Amino acid sequence: MRHFLEFEKPIAELEEKIDELRRATDVDGLDLADEVGRLQEKVEKLLAGTYAKLTPWQKAQVARHPDRPKALATIQALIQDFTPLAGDRAFADDHAIVGGLGRFRGRAVMVLGTEKGTDTESRVERNFGMARPEGYRKARRLMELAGRFNLPILSFVDTAGAFPGIDAEARGQAEAIARAIEAGLEAPVPFVATIIGEGGSGGAIALAAADRVLMLEHAIYSVISPEGCASILWRDAAMAPTAAEALRLTAEDLKRLQLIDAVVAEPLGGAHRDPAAALVAVGHAVWAALTPLLDQDGATLKAKRREKFLEMGRNAIV
Amino acid sequence: MNWISDWALPKIQGLFRREVPENLWHKCSSCEQMVFHKDLERNLHVCPHCGFHNRIGAEARIDITLDEGWQKIELPKAPADPLRFRDQRKYGDRLREAQLKTGMDDAIMVAHGAIEGRAAVVAAFEFSFQGGSMGAGVGEGLVAAARLAVLQDAPLIVFPASGGARMQEGAVSLMQMPRSVIATRMVKEAGLPVIIVLLDPTTGGVTASFAMLGDIQIAEPGALIGFAGARVIEQTVREKLPEGFQRAEYLLEHGILDMVVHRQEMKPTLARLLSLLREPQILAEPAPLALASPNA
Repeated sequence: MRHFLEFEKPIAELEEKIDELRRATDVDGLDLADEVGRLQEKVEKLLAGTYAKLTPWQKAQVARHPDRPKALATIQALIQDFTPLAGDRAFADDHAIVGGLGRFRGRAVMVLGTEKGTDTESRVERNFGMARPEGYRKARRLMELAGRFNLPILSFVDTAGAFPGIDAEARGQAEAIARAIEAGLEAPVPFVATIIGEGGSGGAIALAAADRVLMLEHAIYSVISPEGCASILWRDAAMAPTAAEALRLTAEDLKRLQLIDAVVAEPLGGAHRDPAAALVAVGHAVWAALTPLLDQDGATLKAKRREKFLEMGRNAIV
Repeated sequence: MNWISDWALPKIQGLFRREVPENLWHKCSSCEQMVFHKDLERNLHVCPHCGFHNRIGAEARIDITLDEGWQKIELPKAPADPLRFRDQRKYGDRLREAQLKTGMDDAIMVAHGAIEGRAAVVAAFEFSFQGGSMGAGVGEGLVAAARLAVLQDAPLIVFPASGGARMQEGAVSLMQMPRSVIATRMVKEAGLPVIIVLLDPTTGGVTASFAMLGDIQIAEPGALIGFAGARVIEQTVREKLPEGFQRAEYLLEHGILDMVVHRQEMKPTLARLLSLLREPQILAEPAPLALASPNA
């Protein structure tokens, strides 16, 4: 069963009709090709129309779509010889953060990602993509390893945020995130981060203090989830759509604010409609961002990265 | 009774008995299945029924890790028995006995060669030599291995299997902990990878020094890895220890290891890691063509 979002209902209805017509063609031998073609055109028009003017709240739904390609799917599509590495060397291996060595178009790289999981079992295993301190400590360790062996870092961020739990606090969630940010800023190697779905707060920036930050067209990225913001500032989680608007969390807005470097266009109807095409686009965008960084030395990269983050928000006006 | 039952049959049986002596069969200590010795050997001493990894010696370890043509290096002599230690027997006697039994000077063997064509220095512990314990001799071996790795611009791969520091050398043995840590630093500072493959068992002062400091930490399935022995912990905390406590899989879940790798997969895994860490660019597969997405 394909999952349709609330605002995709008219599209779902049309597609159901197309399926019916196709079945009729198969069973009754009727030639309905013209009718199917006409309806398909209508679907595409409807999709284009709907997706061209998604509200920020609708984008949040798309960014969280269950069929949207997740970090591991992205890694599987883009990285050869992926060799996962595990553990913070202290407490646990956090399955909400994946990482390891691999090759991106022949180039040896260190890959990091926040993984939400794809079904009930894997979502529980991955804690719905919300990492604990050990996850950020693993990320930091792998970024440092990348520095030692001159491996560019590629990260794929998709998280509602760091896990808010008693155990996480007890082990220093804040410190772990801070150190991961620091490791990203200090890495003497090229670092390209891509926000593929949700870029939730500290849990996202822990893996995204990068030379180049890319964002998928319908991804969101902010300091808090719309729901969280609504319940704090409006004291009403139902105000999430309003909060989403106010937070300016869309790729388009963040590009205008110069907080990200590039927006990766998604296939018509969002990445969940055609994950393979979406991942091809991500691969090209990451490659385009990475290649100019490859011939820069570590000190230059670090200095420019610092400068970039120091400049951020200084001249930002929506 | 005729000549067949009286004479020929026992003869024939005798023949078979000689050809199939008891030691050609190995009873798996985990699943208790019988395994033909040749099959066990072919399977790198991993039980084909249950996957139990039997311990193997240092030389066999090096042989299944390095390509043909590897060379063992002579290790610098360490002062034997610095404390003139004696418990129920003289340490010196125990040492000589272990040397006779294993044909090695101490509990470590160092060799250089290649892993699927990529240069590497390998140091492997011999657990049957005084429980693979680390005294001055083993410390010398590790430092020599590190120096060789730097000299040859090759990664260092260590396979520890050790009860820990060697009690009979007292504080001299304790000092092998910082010395072995320095060995890993030397290799790392030369920009070379240190890969540690923890074997069954690795405990005490060996785990608490170089053996936890690899760039990549691997273990064989089921290997016992820890600091304090299970019995000591149980007596101290007066609690039953959890199932699988201090086993490789437990350590992986607790963040101490990067991976648990089956012995059959060990060499290809090491080769792949060396390639990823040391060969920045290989010929790329052609990138997929951009699929025309209507709103791109």
